[in-house]
Amino acid sequence: MKYIDEFRNPTLASSLLADIHARATRPVRFMEFCGGHTHAIFRHGLRQMLPPTVQLHSGPGCPVCVTADADLDRAIAMSKLPGVILTTFGDMLKVPGSHGSLQTAKAEGADVRVVYSTLDALQIAREHPERKIIFLGIGFETTAPTVAASILQAEAEGLHNLTVFSLHKLTPPATRAILDAGESRLAGIIGPGHVTTIIGSQAWEFLSQDYHVPCAIAGFEPLDILQAVAALVEMAEGGQPAVANTYSRSVRPEGNRAALDILCRVFETSDAEWRGLGRVPASGLALRPEYARFDAALAFPVDPGPTRQHMGCRCGDVVRGAVEPPECLLFGRACTPARPIGPCMVSAEGACAAWYQYGDIGHE
Amino acid sequence: MCLAVPTLIKSVEGDMALAELGGVERTISLTLTPEARVGDYVLIHTGFAISVVDADEAQETLRLLTELAASYPDETNGNLQSTISHQRS
Repeated sequence: MKYIDEFRNPTLASSLLADIHARATRPVRFMEFCGGHTHAIFRHGLRQMLPPTVQLHSGPGCPVCVTADADLDRAIAMSKLPGVILTTFGDMLKVPGSHGSLQTAKAEGADVRVVYSTLDALQIAREHPERKIIFLGIGFETTAPTVAASILQAEAEGLHNLTVFSLHKLTPPATRAILDAGESRLAGIIGPGHVTTIIGSQAWEFLSQDYHVPCAIAGFEPLDILQAVAALVEMAEGGQPAVANTYSRSVRPEGNRAALDILCRVFETSDAEWRGLGRVPASGLALRPEYARFDAALAFPVDPGPTRQHMGCRCGDVVRGAVEPPECLLFGRACTPARPIGPCMVSAEGACAAWYQYGDIGHE
Repeated sequence: MCLAVPTLIKSVEGDMALAELGGVERTISLTLTPEARVGDYVLIHTGFAISVVDADEAQETLRLLTELAASYPDETNGNLQSTISHQRS
Protein backbone atom coordinates (compact mmCIF):
# COMPACT_ATOMS: atom_id res chain seq x y z
CA MET A 1 0.00 0.00 0.00
CA LYS A 2 1.27 3.44 -0.91
CA TYR A 3 3.17 5.28 1.85
CA ILE A 4 3.33 2.06 3.85
CA ASP A 5 5.28 -0.49 1.78
CA GLU A 6 8.07 1.95 0.80
CA PHE A 7 8.67 2.71 4.44
CA ARG A 8 9.19 -0.98 5.23
CA ASN A 9 12.00 -1.42 2.68
CA PRO A 10 14.44 -3.89 4.28
CA THR A 11 17.48 -2.62 2.33
CA LEU A 12 16.99 0.93 3.53
CA ALA A 13 16.29 -0.32 7.05
CA SER A 14 19.56 -2.25 7.07
CA SER A 15 21.56 0.81 6.11
CA LEU A 16 19.82 2.88 8.81
CA LEU A 17 20.68 0.19 11.34
CA ALA A 18 24.29 0.17 10.12
CA ASP A 19 24.37 3.94 10.55
CA ILE A 20 23.00 3.67 14.10
CA HIS A 21 25.51 0.95 14.99
CA ALA A 22 28.36 3.05 13.58
CA ARG A 23 27.40 6.21 15.46
CA ALA A 24 26.32 4.91 18.87
CA THR A 25 29.31 4.92 21.21
CA ARG A 26 27.74 5.33 24.65
CA PRO A 27 24.69 3.99 26.50
CA VAL A 28 21.52 5.99 25.82
CA ARG A 29 17.92 5.47 26.77
CA PHE A 30 15.19 6.93 24.57
CA MET A 31 11.47 6.97 25.30
CA GLU A 32 8.88 6.47 22.61
CA PHE A 33 5.97 8.52 23.91
CA CYS A 34 3.36 6.86 21.76
CA GLY A 35 1.84 3.43 22.32
CA GLY A 36 1.48 3.10 18.55
CA HIS A 37 5.27 3.32 18.33
CA THR A 38 5.68 0.73 21.10
CA HIS A 39 3.46 -1.64 19.16
CA ALA A 40 5.34 -1.04 15.86
CA ILE A 41 8.74 -1.40 17.56
CA PHE A 42 7.74 -4.79 18.98
CA ARG A 43 5.92 -5.99 15.87
CA HIS A 44 8.96 -5.37 13.70
CA GLY A 45 11.45 -6.54 16.33
CA LEU A 46 13.34 -3.23 16.23
CA ARG A 47 14.58 -3.35 19.84
CA GLN A 48 16.61 -6.48 19.15
CA MET A 49 18.22 -4.97 16.04
CA LEU A 50 19.56 -1.89 17.80
CA PRO A 51 22.97 -1.85 19.51
CA PRO A 52 22.67 -3.03 23.13
CA THR A 53 23.70 0.45 24.23
CA VAL A 54 20.63 2.01 22.59
CA GLN A 55 17.58 1.27 24.74
CA LEU A 56 13.98 2.13 23.95
CA HIS A 57 11.44 2.56 26.73
CA SER A 58 7.68 2.84 26.42
CA GLY A 59 6.02 6.04 27.55
CA PRO A 60 2.53 7.17 28.57
CA GLY A 61 1.11 7.46 25.04
CA CYS A 62 -1.78 5.05 25.49
CA PRO A 63 -4.97 6.97 26.29
CA VAL A 64 -6.70 3.94 27.76
CA CYS A 65 -3.70 3.24 30.00
CA VAL A 66 -3.45 6.75 31.45
CA THR A 67 -7.17 7.14 32.18
CA ALA A 68 -7.48 7.41 35.95
CA ASP A 69 -9.53 4.84 37.86
CA ALA A 70 -11.83 7.55 39.26
CA ASP A 71 -12.67 8.79 35.74
CA LEU A 72 -13.31 5.28 34.48
CA ASP A 73 -15.57 4.62 37.47
CA ARG A 74 -17.56 7.74 36.61
CA ALA A 75 -17.96 6.61 32.99
CA ILE A 76 -19.19 3.21 34.14
CA ALA A 77 -21.66 4.89 36.53
CA MET A 78 -22.92 7.13 33.71
CA SER A 79 -23.51 4.11 31.48
CA LYS A 80 -25.93 2.73 34.07
CA LEU A 81 -28.16 5.81 34.19
CA PRO A 82 -31.68 5.37 32.74
CA GLY A 83 -32.08 6.36 29.09
CA VAL A 84 -28.35 6.64 28.47
CA ILE A 85 -26.45 5.12 25.55
CA LEU A 86 -22.73 5.30 26.30
CA THR A 87 -20.59 5.21 23.15
CA THR A 88 -16.89 4.44 23.38
CA PHE A 89 -13.87 3.29 21.42
CA GLY A 90 -13.46 -0.47 21.80
CA ASP A 91 -10.26 -0.38 23.85
CA MET A 92 -12.07 1.03 26.89
CA LEU A 93 -14.61 -1.77 27.13
CA LYS A 94 -12.54 -4.32 29.05
CA VAL A 95 -10.56 -1.97 31.29
CA PRO A 96 -11.31 -2.96 34.89
CA GLY A 97 -12.59 -0.12 37.07
CA SER A 98 -12.94 -0.32 40.81
CA HIS A 99 -16.09 -2.42 40.50
CA GLY A 100 -16.36 -4.01 37.07
CA SER A 101 -15.82 -2.61 33.60
CA LEU A 102 -17.95 -1.09 30.86
CA GLN A 103 -18.21 -4.60 29.51
CA THR A 104 -19.65 -5.98 32.74
CA ALA A 105 -21.98 -2.96 32.94
CA LYS A 106 -23.16 -3.85 29.43
CA ALA A 107 -23.69 -7.46 30.44
CA GLU A 108 -25.80 -6.21 33.35
CA GLY A 109 -28.04 -4.23 31.00
CA ALA A 110 -26.33 -0.90 30.40
CA ASP A 111 -26.49 0.26 26.77
CA VAL A 112 -22.79 0.54 25.95
CA ARG A 113 -21.92 0.69 22.26
CA VAL A 114 -18.51 0.51 20.62
CA VAL A 115 -17.99 3.08 17.88
CA TYR A 116 -15.16 3.57 15.41
CA SER A 117 -15.64 7.32 15.15
CA THR A 118 -17.48 10.21 16.76
CA LEU A 119 -19.37 10.29 13.47
CA ASP A 120 -20.99 7.02 14.59
CA ALA A 121 -21.99 8.59 17.91
CA LEU A 122 -23.58 11.48 16.00
CA GLN A 123 -25.56 9.01 13.91
CA ILE A 124 -26.77 7.16 17.02
CA ALA A 125 -27.88 10.51 18.47
CA ARG A 126 -29.84 11.29 15.28
CA GLU A 127 -31.51 7.87 15.29
CA HIS A 128 -32.44 7.96 18.99
CA PRO A 129 -33.77 11.45 19.80
CA GLU A 130 -35.49 10.04 22.91
CA ARG A 131 -32.21 8.72 24.37
CA LYS A 132 -29.23 10.49 25.95
CA ILE A 133 -26.06 9.70 24.04
CA ILE A 134 -22.77 10.07 25.91
CA PHE A 135 -19.50 9.83 23.99
CA LEU A 136 -16.58 8.77 26.18
CA GLY A 137 -13.91 11.21 25.01
CA ILE A 138 -10.54 9.63 25.51
CA GLY A 139 -7.46 10.29 23.39
CA PHE A 140 -4.75 12.84 22.84
CA GLU A 141 -4.44 15.80 20.47
CA THR A 142 -4.96 13.50 17.48
CA THR A 143 -8.44 12.49 18.58
CA ALA A 144 -9.70 15.59 20.39
CA PRO A 145 -10.22 17.66 17.18
CA THR A 146 -12.49 14.93 15.79
CA VAL A 147 -14.58 15.15 18.95
CA ALA A 148 -14.62 18.96 18.77
CA ALA A 149 -15.73 18.79 15.13
CA SER A 150 -18.57 16.46 16.09
CA ILE A 151 -19.74 18.80 18.85
CA LEU A 152 -19.82 21.65 16.32
CA GLN A 153 -21.78 19.38 13.96
CA ALA A 154 -24.26 18.50 16.73
CA GLU A 155 -24.68 22.21 17.44
CA ALA A 156 -25.23 22.97 13.75
CA GLU A 157 -27.86 20.23 13.49
CA GLY A 158 -29.57 21.21 16.74
CA LEU A 159 -28.91 17.78 18.25
CA HIS A 160 -29.60 18.19 21.96
CA ASN A 161 -29.14 14.60 23.08
CA LEU A 162 -25.37 14.19 22.54
CA THR A 163 -22.84 14.95 25.28
CA VAL A 164 -19.14 14.21 25.68
CA PHE A 165 -17.38 13.04 28.84
CA SER A 166 -14.04 14.66 28.05
CA LEU A 167 -11.07 12.78 29.42
CA HIS A 168 -8.84 14.08 26.63
CA LYS A 169 -5.23 14.65 27.52
CA LEU A 170 -2.31 16.65 26.17
CA THR A 171 1.05 15.07 25.48
CA PRO A 172 3.65 17.84 26.04
CA PRO A 173 2.62 18.44 29.70
CA ALA A 174 2.86 14.69 30.39
CA THR A 175 6.32 14.60 28.86
CA ARG A 176 7.33 17.52 31.08
CA ALA A 177 5.96 15.66 34.12
CA ILE A 178 8.06 12.60 33.29
CA LEU A 179 11.23 14.64 32.79
CA ASP A 180 10.54 16.63 35.96
CA ALA A 181 10.19 13.39 37.92
CA GLY A 182 13.69 12.49 36.72
CA GLU A 183 13.22 8.74 37.16
CA SER A 184 14.16 7.67 33.68
CA ARG A 185 17.31 9.71 32.75
CA LEU A 186 16.22 9.99 29.14
CA ALA A 187 18.68 10.92 26.39
CA GLY A 188 15.94 11.56 23.87
CA ILE A 189 12.25 11.37 23.05
CA ILE A 190 10.68 9.75 19.99
CA GLY A 191 7.84 12.21 19.40
CA PRO A 192 4.32 11.00 18.54
CA GLY A 193 3.80 11.40 14.79
CA HIS A 194 0.06 11.80 14.65
CA VAL A 195 -0.27 13.98 17.75
CA THR A 196 2.41 16.19 16.20
CA THR A 197 0.58 16.22 12.86
CA ILE A 198 -2.03 18.22 14.80
CA ILE A 199 0.08 20.30 17.23
CA GLY A 200 3.17 20.81 15.02
CA SER A 201 6.82 20.01 15.65
CA GLN A 202 7.33 23.47 17.18
CA ALA A 203 5.30 22.28 20.18
CA TRP A 204 8.24 20.06 21.20
CA GLU A 205 10.95 22.72 21.15
CA PHE A 206 10.71 23.05 24.94
CA LEU A 207 12.46 19.68 25.20
CA SER A 208 15.75 20.98 23.85
CA GLN A 209 15.32 24.49 25.23
CA ASP A 210 14.23 23.68 28.80
CA TYR A 211 15.54 20.15 29.31
CA HIS A 212 18.45 19.84 26.84
CA VAL A 213 16.78 16.64 25.56
CA PRO A 214 16.64 15.92 21.82
CA CYS A 215 13.38 14.93 20.18
CA ALA A 216 12.70 13.19 16.87
CA ILE A 217 9.14 13.13 15.52
CA ALA A 218 8.47 9.75 13.93
CA GLY A 219 5.95 8.02 11.72
CA PHE A 220 4.89 4.45 12.41
CA GLU A 221 6.67 2.31 9.83
CA PRO A 222 10.07 0.69 10.53
CA LEU A 223 12.01 3.22 8.42
CA ASP A 224 10.28 6.09 10.22
CA ILE A 225 11.18 4.78 13.65
CA LEU A 226 14.76 3.87 12.70
CA GLN A 227 15.24 7.33 11.18
CA ALA A 228 14.11 8.88 14.45
CA VAL A 229 16.47 6.66 16.46
CA ALA A 230 19.35 7.56 14.10
CA ALA A 231 18.56 11.26 14.52
CA LEU A 232 18.42 10.92 18.32
CA VAL A 233 21.72 9.01 18.42
CA GLU A 234 23.35 11.68 16.29
CA MET A 235 22.05 14.50 18.50
CA ALA A 236 22.88 12.67 21.74
CA GLU A 237 26.42 11.90 20.55
CA GLY A 238 26.96 15.44 19.33
CA GLY A 239 25.47 17.10 22.40
CA GLN A 240 23.28 19.24 20.15
CA PRO A 241 19.65 18.72 21.18
CA ALA A 242 16.95 19.93 18.79
CA VAL A 243 13.65 18.78 17.32
CA ALA A 244 14.16 16.58 14.26
CA ASN A 245 11.13 15.92 12.08
CA THR A 246 11.55 12.52 10.43
CA TYR A 247 7.85 12.37 9.50
CA SER A 248 7.75 15.37 7.21
CA ARG A 249 5.25 13.76 4.84
CA SER A 250 2.62 14.42 7.52
CA VAL A 251 4.08 16.72 10.19
CA ARG A 252 4.57 20.45 9.62
CA PRO A 253 6.25 22.84 12.06
CA GLU A 254 2.98 24.68 12.72
CA GLY A 255 0.76 21.57 12.77
CA ASN A 256 -2.75 21.39 11.33
CA ARG A 257 -4.21 24.89 11.74
CA ALA A 258 -7.76 23.90 10.76
CA ALA A 259 -7.79 21.13 13.37
CA LEU A 260 -6.26 23.36 16.05
CA ASP A 261 -8.82 26.10 15.35
CA ILE A 262 -11.70 23.65 15.80
CA LEU A 263 -10.08 22.16 18.91
CA CYS A 264 -9.63 25.58 20.53
CA ARG A 265 -13.15 26.72 19.68
CA VAL A 266 -14.67 23.89 21.70
CA PHE A 267 -12.07 22.98 24.35
CA GLU A 268 -9.87 24.79 26.83
CA THR A 269 -7.02 23.35 28.87
CA SER A 270 -7.71 22.06 32.36
CA ASP A 271 -5.87 20.07 35.00
CA ALA A 272 -6.16 16.34 34.47
CA GLU A 273 -5.61 13.18 36.46
CA TRP A 274 -3.27 10.63 34.84
CA ARG A 275 -2.67 7.08 35.94
CA GLY A 276 0.94 6.97 37.04
CA LEU A 277 1.52 10.72 36.88
CA GLY A 278 -1.22 12.00 39.17
CA ARG A 279 -2.67 15.45 38.65
CA VAL A 280 -0.81 17.30 35.90
CA PRO A 281 -1.56 21.03 35.49
CA ALA A 282 -3.05 22.14 32.15
CA SER A 283 -2.75 18.63 30.72
CA GLY A 284 -6.43 17.98 29.98
CA LEU A 285 -9.15 19.38 27.76
CA ALA A 286 -12.47 20.60 29.17
CA LEU A 287 -15.41 21.96 27.19
CA ARG A 288 -15.48 25.76 27.08
CA PRO A 289 -18.35 27.35 29.05
CA GLU A 290 -20.19 28.21 25.81
CA TYR A 291 -20.35 24.47 25.03
CA ALA A 292 -21.27 23.43 28.59
CA ARG A 293 -24.55 21.90 27.40
CA PHE A 294 -22.49 19.23 25.61
CA ASP A 295 -20.57 18.37 28.79
CA ALA A 296 -21.57 14.96 30.16
CA ALA A 297 -19.73 15.67 33.42
CA LEU A 298 -22.20 18.51 34.09
CA ALA A 299 -25.28 16.81 32.62
CA PHE A 300 -24.77 13.54 34.50
CA PRO A 301 -23.20 14.16 37.91
CA VAL A 302 -22.38 10.75 39.37
CA ASP A 303 -20.54 9.69 42.48
CA PRO A 304 -19.27 6.14 42.12
CA GLY A 305 -17.57 6.26 45.53
CA PRO A 306 -13.91 5.76 46.39
CA THR A 307 -11.69 3.93 43.94
CA ARG A 308 -10.30 0.52 44.71
CA GLN A 309 -6.73 -0.17 43.63
CA HIS A 310 -5.78 -3.46 42.04
CA MET A 311 -3.15 -4.93 44.31
CA GLY A 312 0.19 -5.38 42.64
CA CYS A 313 -0.69 -3.76 39.30
CA ARG A 314 2.23 -1.57 38.19
CA CYS A 315 0.56 -0.01 35.17
CA GLY A 316 1.18 3.43 36.65
CA ASP A 317 4.93 2.76 36.82
CA VAL A 318 4.89 1.32 33.29
CA VAL A 319 3.30 4.42 31.71
CA ARG A 320 5.97 6.57 33.39
CA GLY A 321 8.70 4.38 31.94
CA ALA A 322 9.89 3.67 35.49
CA VAL A 323 9.64 -0.11 35.05
CA GLU A 324 9.33 -2.50 32.12
CA PRO A 325 6.26 -4.78 32.10
CA PRO A 326 8.09 -8.01 33.09
CA GLU A 327 9.12 -6.29 36.33
CA CYS A 328 5.47 -6.45 37.41
CA LEU A 329 4.79 -9.63 39.36
CA LEU A 330 1.35 -9.98 37.76
CA PHE A 331 2.65 -9.76 34.18
CA GLY A 332 1.93 -12.90 32.15
CA ARG A 333 0.73 -14.73 35.26
CA ALA A 334 -2.36 -13.23 36.88
CA CYS A 335 -2.56 -10.53 34.19
CA THR A 336 -2.88 -11.55 30.52
CA PRO A 337 -4.74 -10.09 27.52
CA ALA A 338 -7.50 -12.66 28.09
CA ARG A 339 -7.83 -11.71 31.77
CA PRO A 340 -6.28 -8.26 32.14
CA ILE A 341 -5.89 -6.65 35.54
CA GLY A 342 -4.45 -3.31 34.38
CA PRO A 343 -5.23 -1.21 31.30
CA CYS A 344 -1.66 -1.57 29.97
CA MET A 345 -2.55 -5.22 29.26
CA VAL A 346 -5.98 -4.37 27.80
CA SER A 347 -5.18 -1.79 25.16
CA ALA A 348 -3.53 -2.87 21.92
CA GLU A 349 -1.25 0.12 22.52
CA GLY A 350 -0.42 -0.78 26.09
CA ALA A 351 3.20 -1.65 26.80
CA CYS A 352 2.22 -4.82 28.69
CA ALA A 353 0.12 -6.05 25.76
CA ALA A 354 3.01 -5.40 23.34
CA TRP A 355 5.49 -7.22 25.59
CA TYR A 356 3.09 -10.10 26.05
CA GLN A 357 2.29 -10.45 22.36
CA TYR A 358 5.77 -9.93 20.88
CA GLY A 359 8.33 -9.99 23.69
CA ASP A 360 10.72 -12.95 23.66
CA ILE A 361 9.81 -14.00 27.15
CA GLY A 362 8.20 -17.16 28.38
CA HIS A 363 4.50 -16.88 28.99
CA GLU A 364 3.27 -18.92 31.88
CA MET B 1 -5.56 5.13 19.53
CA CYS B 2 -3.55 7.58 17.46
CA LEU B 3 -3.45 5.15 14.55
CA ALA B 4 -3.86 6.85 11.18
CA VAL B 5 -3.67 5.19 7.78
CA PRO B 6 -2.81 6.72 4.38
CA THR B 7 -5.90 6.51 2.22
CA LEU B 8 -6.71 7.72 -1.32
CA ILE B 9 -9.56 10.21 -1.80
CA LYS B 10 -11.83 9.05 -4.64
CA SER B 11 -14.55 11.70 -4.52
CA VAL B 12 -15.55 14.69 -2.42
CA GLU B 13 -18.99 15.96 -1.50
CA GLY B 14 -19.07 18.96 0.79
CA ASP B 15 -16.88 18.19 3.79
CA MET B 16 -17.28 14.44 3.35
CA ALA B 17 -15.30 12.20 1.00
CA LEU B 18 -15.20 8.67 -0.28
CA ALA B 19 -11.77 7.17 0.43
CA GLU B 20 -10.29 3.87 -0.63
CA LEU B 21 -7.79 1.70 1.21
CA GLY B 22 -6.79 -1.71 -0.08
CA GLY B 23 -9.96 -2.01 -2.16
CA VAL B 24 -12.30 -1.01 0.66
CA GLU B 25 -14.19 2.27 0.33
CA ARG B 26 -15.52 4.27 3.23
CA THR B 27 -16.96 7.70 3.91
CA ILE B 28 -14.68 10.03 5.83
CA SER B 29 -14.82 13.61 7.07
CA LEU B 30 -12.57 16.31 5.58
CA THR B 31 -13.54 18.84 8.26
CA LEU B 32 -9.97 18.91 9.61
CA THR B 33 -8.32 19.00 6.15
CA PRO B 34 -10.39 21.38 4.01
CA GLU B 35 -7.48 21.59 1.54
CA ALA B 36 -7.80 17.87 0.58
CA ARG B 37 -8.70 17.12 -3.05
CA VAL B 38 -9.59 14.06 -5.13
CA GLY B 39 -6.40 12.09 -5.80
CA ASP B 40 -4.73 13.16 -2.54
CA TYR B 41 -3.66 10.65 0.05
CA VAL B 42 -4.85 11.61 3.49
CA LEU B 43 -4.12 10.08 6.88
CA ILE B 44 -7.39 8.82 8.35
CA HIS B 45 -7.87 8.75 12.11
CA THR B 46 -11.24 7.58 13.52
CA GLY B 47 -13.09 8.57 10.35
CA PHE B 48 -11.44 11.98 9.92
CA ALA B 49 -8.61 12.98 7.61
CA ILE B 50 -5.98 14.62 9.85
CA SER B 51 -3.43 15.52 7.17
CA VAL B 52 -2.80 15.44 3.45
CA VAL B 53 0.29 13.32 2.79
CA ASP B 54 2.97 15.52 1.21
CA ALA B 55 4.14 13.47 -1.79
CA ASP B 56 7.27 15.61 -2.31
CA GLU B 57 8.36 15.21 1.30
CA ALA B 58 7.80 11.44 1.13
CA GLN B 59 9.93 11.29 -2.04
CA GLU B 60 12.66 13.41 -0.49
CA THR B 61 12.81 11.18 2.61
CA LEU B 62 13.17 8.07 0.46
CA ARG B 63 15.83 9.78 -1.68
CA LEU B 64 17.89 10.63 1.41
CA LEU B 65 17.56 7.08 2.71
CA THR B 66 18.63 5.68 -0.66
CA GLU B 67 21.69 7.93 -0.53
CA LEU B 68 22.47 6.64 2.95
CA ALA B 69 22.11 3.05 1.73
CA ALA B 70 24.71 3.75 -0.98
CA SER B 71 27.23 4.55 1.77
CA TYR B 72 26.65 1.17 3.47
CA PRO B 73 26.87 -1.24 0.50
CA ASP B 74 27.87 -4.23 2.63
CA GLU B 75 24.97 -3.84 5.04
CA THR B 76 22.12 -3.55 2.59
CA ASN B 77 21.69 -7.20 1.76
CA GLY B 78 18.14 -7.44 3.03
CA ASN B 79 18.98 -9.27 6.24
CA LEU B 80 16.38 -7.22 8.11
CA GLN B 81 13.61 -9.01 6.26
CA SER B 82 14.78 -12.38 7.52
CA THR B 83 15.05 -10.96 11.02
CA ILE B 84 11.51 -9.62 10.83
CA SER B 85 10.24 -12.98 9.58
CA HIS B 86 12.06 -14.67 12.42
CA GLN B 87 10.46 -12.31 14.95
CA ARG B 88 6.99 -13.06 13.64
CA SER B 89 7.38 -16.82 13.50
